[in-house]
Amino acid sequence: MSAVMISRRNFLVTGLTAAGGFAVGLPLGLGSAQADSASAGKIGFYVEVRPDNSFVLGTAQPEIGQGVRTSLTMLIAEELEVPWERVSIEPMPLGIVKTADGYTWKYGGQGAGGSTSVTDAWEFLRQVGATAREMLVTAAAQRWSVPVGRCHAEAGYVLCDDNGQRFSYAELAADAAALPQPEEPPALKPQSEFSLVGTPRNTIDARDIVTGKARYGIDTEMPGMRYAVIQRAPQLDAKVVSYDDREVRQVPGVVDVFKIDGPEPGAPYHILAEGVAVVATSQWAAFEGRRKLRIEWTESPWKDESTETFWAQTAELLSGEGQVVRDDGDFVGALSAADKTVEARYQVPYVNHAPLEPQNCYADVREDSVHIIAPTQSPSGSNRAAHTITGIDREKIRVDMTRVGGGFGRRLTNDYTAEAVLISQKIGAPVKLVWSREDDVQHDFYRPSGEHEFKAGLSADGKVTAWTHRLASASKYYRRENVAPEDMYGAEMYIDDFPAGIVDNLRIEWLAVTSGVPRGSWRAPAHTANAFTVQSFIDEVAHAAGRDPLELRLELYGDNRELPYGQHGGPTFNPWRLSRLLKHVAKEIDYGAERPKGRAVGIASHFTFGGYAAHALEVEVGSQGELDIRRVVAAVDCGVVVNPRGVEAQLQGGTIDGFSTALNLEITVDQGRIQQSNFHDYRIARMAEIPRNIECHILPYGDTPTGMGEMGIPTVAPALTNAIYNACGVRIRKLPIADQLAKQLS
Amino acid sequence: MISIYSCGMETFSVNGQPAEFEGDPATPLLWVIRDHIGLKGTKFGCGIGQCGACTVHIDGRAVRSCMTPVSGAAGKSVTTIEGLAPSEEKLHPVQLAWLEMDVPQCGYCQAGQIMAAAELIASNPAPDDDAIDQHMTNICRCGTYTRIRKAIHRASELSAEGS
Repeated sequence: MSAVMISRRNFLVTGLTAAGGFAVGLPLGLGSAQADSASAGKIGFYVEVRPDNSFVLGTAQPEIGQGVRTSLTMLIAEELEVPWERVSIEPMPLGIVKTADGYTWKYGGQGAGGSTSVTDAWEFLRQVGATAREMLVTAAAQRWSVPVGRCHAEAGYVLCDDNGQRFSYAELAADAAALPQPEEPPALKPQSEFSLVGTPRNTIDARDIVTGKARYGIDTEMPGMRYAVIQRAPQLDAKVVSYDDREVRQVPGVVDVFKIDGPEPGAPYHILAEGVAVVATSQWAAFEGRRKLRIEWTESPWKDESTETFWAQTAELLSGEGQVVRDDGDFVGALSAADKTVEARYQVPYVNHAPLEPQNCYADVREDSVHIIAPTQSPSGSNRAAHTITGIDREKIRVDMTRVGGGFGRRLTNDYTAEAVLISQKIGAPVKLVWSREDDVQHDFYRPSGEHEFKAGLSADGKVTAWTHRLASASKYYRRENVAPEDMYGAEMYIDDFPAGIVDNLRIEWLAVTSGVPRGSWRAPAHTANAFTVQSFIDEVAHAAGRDPLELRLELYGDNRELPYGQHGGPTFNPWRLSRLLKHVAKEIDYGAERPKGRAVGIASHFTFGGYAAHALEVEVGSQGELDIRRVVAAVDCGVVVNPRGVEAQLQGGTIDGFSTALNLEITVDQGRIQQSNFHDYRIARMAEIPRNIECHILPYGDTPTGMGEMGIPTVAPALTNAIYNACGVRIRKLPIADQLAKQLS
Repeated sequence: MISIYSCGMETFSVNGQPAEFEGDPATPLLWVIRDHIGLKGTKFGCGIGQCGACTVHIDGRAVRSCMTPVSGAAGKSVTTIEGLAPSEEKLHPVQLAWLEMDVPQCGYCQAGQIMAAAELIASNPAPDDDAIDQHMTNICRCGTYTRIRKAIHRASELSAEGS
């Protein structure tokens, strides 16, 4: 995966000086000379004041549905002191600047992954708003010839405390833009004075969406543009032997057919698979042409791989020893000294990202420039992909970002940009490449599959004295040059996750599965698998100990304290914050109530990328295995809440994604080929299959926010399978749940 | 845009405008709407009628335009998301409810969801949850179903109030 190569940290140190003489340490150029456009009302990169005193604020981050165009804009508007009703947004392109030390960000870091947008922008974008506001106040003070301290900003105006007069920002914008930028960012207002941040706000550009005006990558139309599709190798890593395009070229509108060379098996990739491109004058002609292609493929080096061989391999690996990646205390001794031991294995399947907007990319490769328009989570990765193929200077490669029809991690990888660039380069014209749904289901960087083995030791009084988690999986670090074999586990096991630091004698092992199935980041990456397995096993341990699963968790999570957490989402983890959520959801769902036979509650809680979440579900399981999810209570602690309406949306959506995936989603392999191909056999849940109400609770904490894109998912599957066990005694240890209940109960 | 769509001897209208298409009559209506007429609000999601992102109305009935040949619209009136609102200023009750309930996340499926919901409200002014479940088979990958349900109930109220 072409990850962002530009350090976010680097930006604050050098970014602005590199961008043209801005003050070091101030993360934004605000002088008019540094604005991208010469518009009279433009104050720096992000703020534009229109003549009617409305405000257009730049959004630099990819909007994939996580709501950043709204939440990040709120941060600017809070300090800019403008009425939210008068704010609109303007998407910004990728901004990178070459320095002596490599590339750095022009507008601040750009990329949507790891739920970092709000956290990273929390100070920076408030400083953007505050700086522009202070320049407007200074411009007004100069006009009135009064000290700056005698003026203040309010609702899009600067008011003079001495003479009672006021100027609109529109009247001041040109003067403000000409002022030197302050050397230090102004002090930010205390959170107690927030008037916008923390209030529920609707999606700022929703009207465009509901009227069909919102533009996605797939909607791109440019003069002279061709349309392209690619027939990719149906079997993993197969190559083109030959192809017959005679019938293809008979299809009206088809203008070109050619081979796209794929990467060598196992080598770092720029595109996923080898294939044959069909270029046409319309999208439909390209699809029709592709249907007529006759391609002979080489035998896949993975022709013997199937889902069955995958599980045979994990079983074989788990019978041996793995790479010990964390070893606390004396696990072996503690286990053998235990009064009772518990063990279980769980299986998690490969799953497809399936963003609803199929992959697509517009590319126009010229002699010394490239223009890319793409739905991407990583615009700098898109830029780099184009640079790698063309050799053109990265500053000459423009990347425009559209609204993105779902990300889920798929669009952190820019293979489709690389494909579009290759095609544009070959035909010497601009092109829009579009994938079909079949292309997307069959050619993905899937969420890794794996088998998890747990063992725990219990003392006579029911305390957990020993714990091991061993995982056999294929790392999502897929074909990476820069990851050593001994570091591959890092994508699959976050070694400071619960119960590390809590159970004294603990061992974590990883075992590498060999698989040809491409892997990548899928919303909340390894947290989905690890929350499912750890939160299932803690229930199994509680039942073995004769203890209540909630009570055992509360004991283990313990007092309010910060434990060191070295992975993404750290530097610390406070398990007590999970207890706080669990107590809340338990109360809401009436955890201790007597329920009729077949009906029960299940709980789970997990720390994901700095945020804390818990679910409590009430289910009823019928005698034939019919599953009815009767109540869903979800709670999240994402620190300071910027936009409660957006947080609720992410918690609802994450919960529904969790249900959809746990209930039915699985990618299987046979003879080195993905067996699913579209939504008829990769069944994303429809509305009728999802509980009608998701009760969402937001419990703010502390003085900084975390993101919300990912923490809603991981606890859904274990809360569901724990509830199922409590209701009917069937322990689901393999996802998806699918028809397992019917098979076991009827 | 005014152009006449002829499929064989037939013509049809899109959002009240007559138009013309001279290609293969088997071409899916979706691609005619998107690439020939240039209305991009109707989305491509699966191409097999599963996800409903391509939902439009033909004579008021919701259809999956990715599976409807353009010839199937001959002589008929097609409405897309761009033509659902009575005017630029006055949105359809379903669109208003969608805004009020803040339904969209990525937004890609929402044109299709709205067109499906508009047909539901038209045929069943006060649908209950079972009716919603039965009618709304479009996929939302972001999981906005909770708010879609609330918005349909709200659209029903707005419709009754005559907005």
